[in-house]
Amino acid sequence: MDRLIITPPRRTPLPPFRDMWRAREVFWRFGMRDILLRYRQTVIGVAWVILQPLVAAGVFAIIFGQVAKLPSGGLPYFVFSFAGLLGWNLFNGVIARASTSLVANQSLVAKIFFPRLLIPASSVLSVLLDFAVALVLMVVLLFVYHINPGWAILLLPFWILFAILLGLGVGIAAAALMVKYRDVGYVLPWLLQILFYVTPVAYSVDAVPPQLAWVFEANPLTWLMEGFRWSLLGQAPPPLWQLAGLVVVSFAVLAGGLLVFQKLERGFADVI
Amino acid sequence: MTARDSAISVQGLSKTYRIARGAAHVDRITDAALNRLRHPFRRTQYDVFEAVRDLSFEVPWGEALGIVGRNGAGKSTLLKLLTRVSAPTAGVIELGGRVGSLLEVGTGFHPDLTGRENIYLNGALLGMSRTEIKRRFDEIVDFSGVEKFLDTQVKRYSSGMYVRLAFSVAAHLETEILAIDEVLAVGDAEFQAKSLAKMRDVARDGRTVLYVSHQMQTVTTLCTSAIYLDKGELLYHGSVEGALETYRNSFEKFQARQSVASNRPGTGEVRFASVRVTQPQQTPADEKVIELELPPVTGLIGDYFVSCHINDANGIVIAQCDSRALGVWFSPGRAHQARLSIRNLWLKPGTYTVDAYVCQAGILDAWEGAESFEVLPSYPYPELTSEEALLSGVILTDFTYERG
Repeated sequence: MDRLIITPPRRTPLPPFRDMWRAREVFWRFGMRDILLRYRQTVIGVAWVILQPLVAAGVFAIIFGQVAKLPSGGLPYFVFSFAGLLGWNLFNGVIARASTSLVANQSLVAKIFFPRLLIPASSVLSVLLDFAVALVLMVVLLFVYHINPGWAILLLPFWILFAILLGLGVGIAAAALMVKYRDVGYVLPWLLQILFYVTPVAYSVDAVPPQLAWVFEANPLTWLMEGFRWSLLGQAPPPLWQLAGLVVVSFAVLAGGLLVFQKLERGFADVI
Repeated sequence: MTARDSAISVQGLSKTYRIARGAAHVDRITDAALNRLRHPFRRTQYDVFEAVRDLSFEVPWGEALGIVGRNGAGKSTLLKLLTRVSAPTAGVIELGGRVGSLLEVGTGFHPDLTGRENIYLNGALLGMSRTEIKRRFDEIVDFSGVEKFLDTQVKRYSSGMYVRLAFSVAAHLETEILAIDEVLAVGDAEFQAKSLAKMRDVARDGRTVLYVSHQMQTVTTLCTSAIYLDKGELLYHGSVEGALETYRNSFEKFQARQSVASNRPGTGEVRFASVRVTQPQQTPADEKVIELELPPVTGLIGDYFVSCHINDANGIVIAQCDSRALGVWFSPGRAHQARLSIRNLWLKPGTYTVDAYVCQAGILDAWEGAESFEVLPSYPYPELTSEEALLSGVILTDFTYERG
């Protein structure tokens, strides 16, 4: 039997990967709980997951496609914006659920010991389920509109991974900050709203005036969106530097999030 | 005995909390950022509060250790440190195995999940693996006695069922060390007895139980040894009787210390000059009269109010008499001889203590154990009956029965 030795934590301890693996059941149970709860008590349940991106894509198709008449790379605007929203909702969903998760489970955090990182991490599961439902819809749309993305669709798991890494990095940092500063919960959605408009989700990078293009090119989420549209719609692949950049930035954001979380983690039970 | 053989070994354990001094507590990130901008070079000043100070003790295997002490002695903090919920500031804890905690009942239960789902969720949270939960699932359900409602959402459970299920999950933890915080006092008498027996079995299996409680009675029945904490310090480690005796003796010392105003917490702008129970010995149905003396003070703006608590011997607050509730406020400019009369509170025979507080926006004076009085063993009822007729309940009441 191994003896466990508890000492005062260092300033920024490494995440307890071994403990997390041992407590993986908590990860699944939390994820399952979120999923069950969300579908059990809502009247329209799964329909909501389908309806929400459909209506949003429809609205964008009308505003950007019909009213503003923005280019969509020769594709129907509806499918075009739906593909973008698919990727965005994954990123946004992870942030939204992960960031509020610690405060929502504060009674647990204050009373039971388990690797706290599992709480925000487990919110990925329910977001992934939403994504899966929307993805099925996407496939249906591809058939309806006779779009063949080609072999690039095989790269889809990578875009999913990077969207999650980015979202989780921001999400766990925000979750940790929210324990102490509750107004993070008000500021964050507002920031995400702005980010949504400066990222080519519902419009194409081609619609951006050339003198401003560099601003958009510098946004890692642009790279991610281009990746999603490459894999789902068969549009032009993003340049190689963006792909490399996406890998680096995703892991950097996650590492940054972990750093913030670990730095604040030891005070959770005392502050919450 | 070497540290190797013990279940728990604690060396020089301390936990301090830092409380930001000066400005109100900052809980908005915008405020935090603004403060940083306004005073870029000022470091926040902290008051240090030592919840647990330099504890060292060892607990051998198979022992049920009771942790006793007054409110705020650091019992719960110690348990939080041992269960890793909160991190120590200094010192080393060595644990001989996994620690399972049976803290407040129902922590980790979700009202919208069914009993079955909650067993799995709660089991996982308490550190059980999936196979472990599966293996003990039937046992858990059996012990709780809610098998018929396994697939019902627990929000539809009666509070008794809820508590029984929660306790059952935790009681079937297979951890080598089990920490319990004040939870055995749940459910009906039968379930309580069953829980106590279960906990004793745990200790008999050679595992180790840590038990924090106000209720001396359960400590005596469950524990094989005890430690007594006072203001975060370990004053006694040994037999249960010894710890309880220290607890009782310490009250007198505590009372003596509190009678010096400067030893008491509170801002001190107004302090009681005296708190006196007019009848130090009384019968259960007597009117309880407490006289409070408050000197005039200058420099305090606005009226203040007072509050008195009556506590029983186990430290449970039986009654709170807050002058706010009656709209009675005191002006600081003059002296007051206040008189609190409590009617229709029938106390059971025993020793009671009075805590007295002076408050405004915050606490100006907190005098715990300001007075004590004794209720003599006489019963205010017409018939002399067997003990059983009066055994249950915290207080006595003025009741009647009418045969229809």
